[in-house]
Amino acid sequence: MLNYIIRRLVSLVPVVIGVSILSFSLMHLVPGDPARSILGEKATETQLEMLREELNLNDPLVVQYGNFMGKIATGDLGESIKSKESVASEIGGRLPATIELTLFAMTVAVVVGVLAGVIAAVKQYSWFDNLSMSGALFGVSMPIFWLGLMMIWLFSVELNWLPPSGRLSNDIELTTITNLYLVDSILTLNGEAFVDALRHLLMPGIALATIPMAIIARMTRSSMLEVMKQDYIRTANAKGLAGRLVVFQHALKNASLPVLTVIGLQFGFLLGGAVLTETIFSWPGVGRYVVDAILSRDYPVVQSTILIIAVIFVLVNLITDILYTLFDPRIKLD
Amino acid sequence: MADHLPILEVKDLHTHFFTKAGTVKAVDGVSFSVKPGETLGIVGESGSGKSITAMSVMKLVPSPPGKIVSGDIRFNGESLLLKKEKEMRKIRGKDISMIFQDPMTSLNPVFSVEKQMMETILTHENMNKQQARNRAIELLDLVGIPDAAKRLKNYPHEFSGGMRQRVMIAMALACNPKVLIADEPTTALDVTIQAQILDLLKKLQQELGMAIIMITHDLGVVAEVCDRVMVMYAGKPVEFSSVKELFDHPKHPYTWGLLSSIPQIHNRKERLEAIKGLPPDLRDLAKGCSFAPRCTHVKEECLTKDPALLEDETDHFVRCLLYEQEEKVIIHE
Repeated sequence: MLNYIIRRLVSLVPVVIGVSILSFSLMHLVPGDPARSILGEKATETQLEMLREELNLNDPLVVQYGNFMGKIATGDLGESIKSKESVASEIGGRLPATIELTLFAMTVAVVVGVLAGVIAAVKQYSWFDNLSMSGALFGVSMPIFWLGLMMIWLFSVELNWLPPSGRLSNDIELTTITNLYLVDSILTLNGEAFVDALRHLLMPGIALATIPMAIIARMTRSSMLEVMKQDYIRTANAKGLAGRLVVFQHALKNASLPVLTVIGLQFGFLLGGAVLTETIFSWPGVGRYVVDAILSRDYPVVQSTILIIAVIFVLVNLITDILYTLFDPRIKLD
Repeated sequence: MADHLPILEVKDLHTHFFTKAGTVKAVDGVSFSVKPGETLGIVGESGSGKSITAMSVMKLVPSPPGKIVSGDIRFNGESLLLKKEKEMRKIRGKDISMIFQDPMTSLNPVFSVEKQMMETILTHENMNKQQARNRAIELLDLVGIPDAAKRLKNYPHEFSGGMRQRVMIAMALACNPKVLIADEPTTALDVTIQAQILDLLKKLQQELGMAIIMITHDLGVVAEVCDRVMVMYAGKPVEFSSVKELFDHPKHPYTWGLLSSIPQIHNRKERLEAIKGLPPDLRDLAKGCSFAPRCTHVKEECLTKDPALLEDETDHFVRCLLYEQEEKVIIHE
């Protein structure tokens, strides 16, 4: 197992190189000039040229790529062209926001999705099955931005129950440790901040959970239906086991592999930054950060962020693969 | 044996499946009983209703579409059909347990043998975990699995087919059942392993005194282990007698067909005889004897008249018009 994990981590190196070449060349292929976007419309050609020289944008692409990768190898993600801040610290401030949102959304999606899928499968063709599966179809087809806007309209504007944007109200004090506000408020025993952070999380979290929840519910249902037909389920019933043991242990554990795959993939996608959700709810996460950077041609920010997202994606997949072995003893990783 | 009352009695059982394409009468008037220590064989082709009979006794017929529509199943004098699902779960695996055809798929692949055995024991017996574990080891020992304490930790895929069937048997015997239903327990196994498993079942029956219902399509298995045998065709029993009677004086043309399709060592023929044709579609059975279209002794009246179950003085039942004119038979139904 340890060998396997080391092997997988080593295989990150070619992935990182591949992703870096791809993101680097794509960024430079797209027309647009960082100098122009920084200095604005009225800048003279001389000013632009001076800035380009300062940012090393006139070097050949290979040299620029070499410089970038050289820095990456030493752990330096460079600094933003636009804000002059270090990319590492900017991402460091935003990644926890995205992670918190993703963890929350995925928890909702997994709990509700798996439960709905199991019940729908056990009571196939019942009203619950029909209702939850049409709901799931509705969920996957729902444009998130529209759902988000409707939620803000209903819960913030009309009912005034939940805050429409941000992570924490201005008047709330919170000592940050992990920068995951829910976790920090628990660690510092700050009940007020916990409730406030949760209220801010609810709408973006649920909006973000909608699609994964629907996919997980449908996958769980079809996988459970398949498993419930197996001989060992008949054996479990013939042994006189309680119905919930048969369903939630014997069947669900067997049905969990395809569901786990979907969860892993969705998790990776969401961690990459839920651009739309973060934009609608003004959530200070990675997704919005990278989109802003793309628009202003902030090369170091875009490249570094894409690299980090790629690494996270690979790690999530590695964790998924390791989890397989916990669910199915027949799977050996070596 | 004769002075015992039957432990399980099935009376005129009808289990039907209500599908969009029509009603399938999978079990259509089956009656039998077994006494403690006795082995009853139920024989027939695929689709003759033998497995559904067994599932009906366990009340595990998938519903919908299946339903026990009439008849009675009495265990220890009590009707199982009146019992609620919760009460049935107390009987399944404890008083009546079951082993299945394919040991490769009948054990749950993601749980260890230990967990699967212990959960049966803990469900039904008042034991703590350590006692249950000891009981599980004892059972694996009983069914002849070497190094039981160590093997208990293994997963099903780490056992061979024969060993898995032994695990299934150990699990079925965990709570000393009164009735063991064995649904083609040797069909999926190598021939040498088949004999071992049958010997094991016979030996365990002598030690534990349970009744066995042996469901099989193999008359060789019947000859090996059964005391009495019921031959089923298209959901109905067509012949019912002691095993010796059945092999010495088979009466039903279908039984003749089954017997002549077994290879005989003393009577070598170039080809084995097969019963021509296919079992009927149980959805729309024509009037008359269901076997008539495949029968070598078919008469005109077989196509129009339902044969009754006839009994002769040797407790030998047969459902065939060939015997209706005989003087000594009692006509049932």
